[in-house]
Amino acid sequence: MQQIIYFFQKFKNFLFFLLLAFVSLALTFNNLNFHKSKFVNSANFISGGLYSQASSISEYWNLKSENKRLAEENTRLKNRLEKNNAVVFNIDSTIIDSTKYHQKYTFTTAKIIHNNYTRNFNFLTINKGTNQEIEHEMAVINSKGIIGITDNSSSGYARVQSILNRNSKINARLKHSNYFGSLGWNGVNYNVVQLSDIPRQAPLQIGDTIETGGKSTIFPEGILIGVITKINKGNTADNTVDVTLFNDMSNLGYVYVIKNLDKKEINSLEVLQDE
Amino acid sequence: MNKTINTPTLFFSLLFLQVFVLNNILFLGFINPYLYIVFVFLYPLKENRIPFLFYSFLLGLSIDFFSDSGGIHALSILCIAYLRPFFVRLYFRKLVADYAFFKLKSESFGKIFNYAVTLTLIHHFIYFSFANFSFNNFSMVLLNTLYSSVFTLLLYFLGTNIFTKKE
Repeated sequence: MQQIIYFFQKFKNFLFFLLLAFVSLALTFNNLNFHKSKFVNSANFISGGLYSQASSISEYWNLKSENKRLAEENTRLKNRLEKNNAVVFNIDSTIIDSTKYHQKYTFTTAKIIHNNYTRNFNFLTINKGTNQEIEHEMAVINSKGIIGITDNSSSGYARVQSILNRNSKINARLKHSNYFGSLGWNGVNYNVVQLSDIPRQAPLQIGDTIETGGKSTIFPEGILIGVITKINKGNTADNTVDVTLFNDMSNLGYVYVIKNLDKKEINSLEVLQDE
Repeated sequence: MNKTINTPTLFFSLLFLQVFVLNNILFLGFINPYLYIVFVFLYPLKENRIPFLFYSFLLGLSIDFFSDSGGIHALSILCIAYLRPFFVRLYFRKLVADYAFFKLKSESFGKIFNYAVTLTLIHHFIYFSFANFSFNNFSMVLLNTLYSSVFTLLLYFLGTNIFTKKE
């Protein structure tokens, strides 16, 4: 007993160091798993609040580009309305109206209050949380294309796993055909993501548009991602092509968070299939 | 600097400086200084090292909270906090008995330079290795360590020169 107490006395600094190092390593490894990092993330009350204060000051510098982006989006949507020539209901899209047609998605506006794009595992923070029904695994997009998937949410803030995260995998397809692959990022350039596992017979050309495939329950189909800028001609096992994003991930302002209302139904069916 | 800055002030000013100013610099697109490790350089030397290890860990963890990096900052600042007495003994030749009379600014520039450079390089190397978390882009880890260390040290030495009163 005396020996043990003496041992602890002698090595108490080292043991304390080991304990803290173990805690930080556990947090690091947990952070790499999707929505497992419940504890350390910027979607908590203190850091979320401070970031939203800071971004309310700095957003004035982006007003010009944000206005331009909104005007462009309005033009595009108006053109689409004219083409469809459909009856427009003047309703807020968060209201679920199941009498007239089957609504599949709801859209919520949110503001990005913290943005990372230089590291290998990037996350964003938005100023909406569980109070506004933001849960995990909801799609985050803006008018130019996809941004990421929500990960953890507190009452007022949510963390978004950016597409610029080496763990992200998103179903994507070619716009002019239905060949699909999965979109990931290799961590090098924040404008370029990689589309892999696309079938060999798929006709690929530089300049082809890539959009979301709609094979997952997170993203609706047909949301723009980017254009193909480089095709690997070699005999590689995974047919990887480089896709340059339409979005400038370093300059993001307001975004839409998309909730899939059929997600529960689809997931319960897929669980049945596995059994 | 007539009085040494007290620890809570140093802690919070370094935290907010790092999170709101220095994390947004991104010189040439990817180079950031990590000046918060100055906490480890400036914390007074004491025989009981447990509070020091704990405060360093807490500072790293707070920065992790803000920058969504898991526990990488906490781990890397904890490592240099643990290694600090070895370098104090190596460069300044101070033993535990001399800790009460030790003042960093009364040491010669060469010794402080060695001390700061070693700790900064160790910290940045651990940080970027874990931030990269793969053996693929190892040259990027080394380059990032080098560039960011130069940036951090430049800010540290400029800061100490500007804020120290000439006798």
